[in-house]
Amino acid sequence: MTVTDVLVCALGAVSLGAALRVVTSKHLVRAGLWLVVALGSLAGVYLVLTAELLAWVQVLIYVGAVVVLMLFAVMLTRAPIGPSDDLDRAKVPGVLIGGGAGLGLAAVLVDAYRWREVGLSDVEPGDAGAMGREVFTSWVLPFELLSVLLLAALIGAIVVSRPDVGQRSR
Amino acid sequence: MGLDAFGHDPFWLVIIKILAVFVFLIVSTILMIWFERRVVGRMQHRPGPNRYGPFGLLQSVADALKLALKEDIMPTLADKAVYFIAPIISIMCAFTAWAVIPFGPEVSIFGVRSPLQITDVPVAVLVVLACSGLGVYGIVLGGWASGSTYPLLGALRSAAQVISYEVALGLSIVAVFMLSGSMSTSEIVMSQGENPPIQLSLLGMELNFNVPGWYAILLLPSFIIFMISMVGETNRAPFDLPEAESELVGGFHTEYSSLKFAMFFLAEYINMFTVSAMCVTLFLGGWRAPWPISIWGEANTGWWPILWFLGKVWVFMFVFVWLRGTMPRLRYDQFMRLGWKVLIPLNLVWILVVAGVRVSTQQENGTTKTLVIGGVVLLAGAVILFYPRRKQYVEPATADLGLGGFPVPPLDLKVPPSPRTKKIEATREKASVGTDSKTDTTGEEG
Repeated sequence: MTVTDVLVCALGAVSLGAALRVVTSKHLVRAGLWLVVALGSLAGVYLVLTAELLAWVQVLIYVGAVVVLMLFAVMLTRAPIGPSDDLDRAKVPGVLIGGGAGLGLAAVLVDAYRWREVGLSDVEPGDAGAMGREVFTSWVLPFELLSVLLLAALIGAIVVSRPDVGQRSR
Repeated sequence: MGLDAFGHDPFWLVIIKILAVFVFLIVSTILMIWFERRVVGRMQHRPGPNRYGPFGLLQSVADALKLALKEDIMPTLADKAVYFIAPIISIMCAFTAWAVIPFGPEVSIFGVRSPLQITDVPVAVLVVLACSGLGVYGIVLGGWASGSTYPLLGALRSAAQVISYEVALGLSIVAVFMLSGSMSTSEIVMSQGENPPIQLSLLGMELNFNVPGWYAILLLPSFIIFMISMVGETNRAPFDLPEAESELVGGFHTEYSSLKFAMFFLAEYINMFTVSAMCVTLFLGGWRAPWPISIWGEANTGWWPILWFLGKVWVFMFVFVWLRGTMPRLRYDQFMRLGWKVLIPLNLVWILVVAGVRVSTQQENGTTKTLVIGGVVLLAGAVILFYPRRKQYVEPATADLGLGGFPVPPLDLKVPPSPRTKKIEATREKASVGTDSKTDTTGEEG
């Protein structure tokens, strides 16, 4: 076992544990903070796997912006310090969907690699150039689709949150 | 000197470099606090601190000692763990960003050739951005965990502000990435060293000229947007809404005291140095000597560049103080409008223009193509903008009384009496039962 293996396993375990705390913690804001730990250790895994750009973008976007926005939304409505009793987490569907998605993805990955070892020196480091070439050549359609999806979600959120938008034009 | 120069330092040298940067930041912060108070004092026609040490230089040291000896208060309603961690997050992120800031070229330190920079990675600029993004957690969590209203409001404002202005900041750097072809700080500095030749072929004519190396000149709009958003990013006047004293007592750190407060304070000042150093690195040639000095052949070698670097950084620190001394604070909605509706769209258009120029210089006959496409886009934009049936904005006849408009209280606001005064009055009235006049008893209280 090399240092890389140990690091990947350790960071993965931290990520998994933190993710479990996200859905079990009774403190609303602390659940968000556990999400930070989970996403941050995932960035650590990327870093160990030499995907440097991806790691820092993960920190920049998910840790630095998305979770901050979630905390922002929580604090804007109410910011309970201490445990909240009225969290209505759907336990059974949550376990089903989460477990199903996790197992499915794990099965796909295990099937793809089948314990084949990939040396760290054989891998092309994930720098900006390589990443950009991949995204804008072979993955350009999913990339554009995703951006359209995000745009639709954005406009949808505005329409849903502002009922006066549709009425004015009538 | 490329990226290969990094990662070969012996262990003791790494320790020395980290210690040097740490001490540099602490000393700079202490100096900066003194500098700010003196210069703001000068701008307001008063002397500023001038008692301790020559020119009052030791004032900040005295203040730091006083701060450290103050009582450390933990509010009763606070979330203890988070309240404790928040200032640590803030200061760690502030220090970490300096790991990739280049101070100078390769020099020999005790016989080892090494660059004057702790380390560099191919995506170093993103590391700095990520650090400032993570630094928000210190502010947001500190404000939230205090369990008090003003800090929470300050934290909310800060979160919204830093996220909005980080977008503008990040977009303004994109043009630099496109020209330098790298995200590593040392390579961006190197790429500003030469005057790149530009070849434009316009309608058969060949135009060849050299453009200046500093991106501040070449990418002036990016530079201006970076400068505006870096003030927003560091919560400084005129964008100091998260800690507006007149509105929020002290903002997110109202409940903090002693060393925890000192950590927030230090982080804030280090962040100012970080964005200034980033601006110098990205737009002003980093540690390279400015023009009249650069004629001297040895200006960019040895230890001299540290001097040029620090000189440029301190120019920005003066600008920070200058802004604080002259500009009134923006209202919150004005500030957000500036960020989202002015800076970000301008940035996007500017990136498009830079990309167009890049393509036109690289492709054969590219200039004509770019001009044609750009002209069509401009024409379409003008048609949309000046389309006759476009609805004009009608100024509302009556003034907005607060609901749905600017966050101001309505003009006919009646302040309800505070519950406490009611209680006092009630007890007074009770006490007055049986006596002949009520006014007697109420008069005694005053």
